[in-house]
Amino acid sequence: MTTSDLPEALAQIREDFLGLEQRDRLLLLLEFANELPELPAQYAEHPDLLERVEECQSPVFIFVEVDENRIVHLHATAPKEAPTTRGFASILVQGLAGLTVDDVLGVPDDYPNTIGLTEAVSPLRIRGMTALLGRTKRQIREKVAA
Amino acid sequence: MTVEVDSSAKFTEYAHPERLVSTDWLQAHLGTPGLVVVESDEDVLLYETGHIPGSVKIDWHTDLNDPVQRDYIDGEGFAKLLGSKGISRDSTVVIYGDKNNWWAAYALWVFTLFGHEDVRLLDGGRAKWEAEGREYTTEVPTPAAVDYPVVERNDAPIRAYKDDVLAHFGNPLIDVRSPEEFSGERTTAPAYPEEGALRAGHIPSAQNMPWGKAAADDGTFRGLGELNALYRDGAGLRDGDSVIAYCRIGERSSHTWFVLTHLLGFDGVRNYDGSWTEWGSAVRVPIVKGVEPGAVPAAR
Repeated sequence: MTTSDLPEALAQIREDFLGLEQRDRLLLLLEFANELPELPAQYAEHPDLLERVEECQSPVFIFVEVDENRIVHLHATAPKEAPTTRGFASILVQGLAGLTVDDVLGVPDDYPNTIGLTEAVSPLRIRGMTALLGRTKRQIREKVAA
Repeated sequence: MTVEVDSSAKFTEYAHPERLVSTDWLQAHLGTPGLVVVESDEDVLLYETGHIPGSVKIDWHTDLNDPVQRDYIDGEGFAKLLGSKGISRDSTVVIYGDKNNWWAAYALWVFTLFGHEDVRLLDGGRAKWEAEGREYTTEVPTPAAVDYPVVERNDAPIRAYKDDVLAHFGNPLIDVRSPEEFSGERTTAPAYPEEGALRAGHIPSAQNMPWGKAAADDGTFRGLGELNALYRDGAGLRDGDSVIAYCRIGERSSHTWFVLTHLLGFDGVRNYDGSWTEWGSAVRVPIVKGVEPGAVPAAR
């Protein structure tokens, strides 16, 4: 897989992480965690719309919208006591922003393993991010099919 | 160079009160020579968001586990890790963490594999420190490296392997997972990644006592009377029992190991860290589904 296969924002995020020492990668992940946007009010008031990502060690909930232009909008929420999970969600929220259905479905499933965090964070924890991406794609497929 | 123990009235009823310190005690002793405070969390980034001033971080994945083999680091690795954190063999170590000290207890158990003598938990962990509005800092200390001797792990007294469990049948087993994991109900829907084990259920004859029951709402350990009600009346443990506790990978059961060993005073409690991720995928080991412990198989 080459960088050119990846949507630009995801490629940039990967490049940013890989350019850092292990310890600084954690701090960059923390920056992402702090940047996770609040849920839009219509979802914050409707927890029933949110899907829990069971594979993450900490509670994280996602909701995916596909608008009339087939643009994907990923919303996610996780508690402040779970900064790693917030960081994972934030990477995907930022990395997938503005992408079309086809772009998102084309993101390699192993993207989370390629951004240089398996050593700093551990492979087991990275599985949570892989699950976030997998569930996002599944929600998109369900919405497009409906 | 042992730092004085916390003589709080609450701890005196426990079998080994010297294994706990209160938030008040820790606040008053921060900076005491010979004391090293260690944060150990489930979330690898939590320490970076803010931690008790002067505390160092030890992560169960990236520091305590061998990166290749499914095992803990060896004596050399442990010596290097502790020395780099400014911990000497005679340091008093107080560990605290998130989730009712779940991972802190796990780190304490690993320290015990290496025979580090004076290692204690902060009763209530991160949550209590935070709820009391005590200070956090994001400043990461840079302790001068010290010499920690290379001491090989002594697993046998407190760690059980799968074969030990097979030979243990007829003695008490405590499954500290949630009731849903114990009964073997699937908690994830089909087509979702299933984590870690090929089969669901529990080890035959195990009593289910979810680990978190040992903690009160504020994250501190329950009093002796309540713990006795859970583990003696509830799970049927009696003095002199040899007990093995397990969960999914041995972390939650470290917490129960701490309760049984240091608070209730049981000798010879072992933690089966292979736990369900090993047992539930092993070939030809007995498994029981449902809420009942099930019949005791013959020991092998």
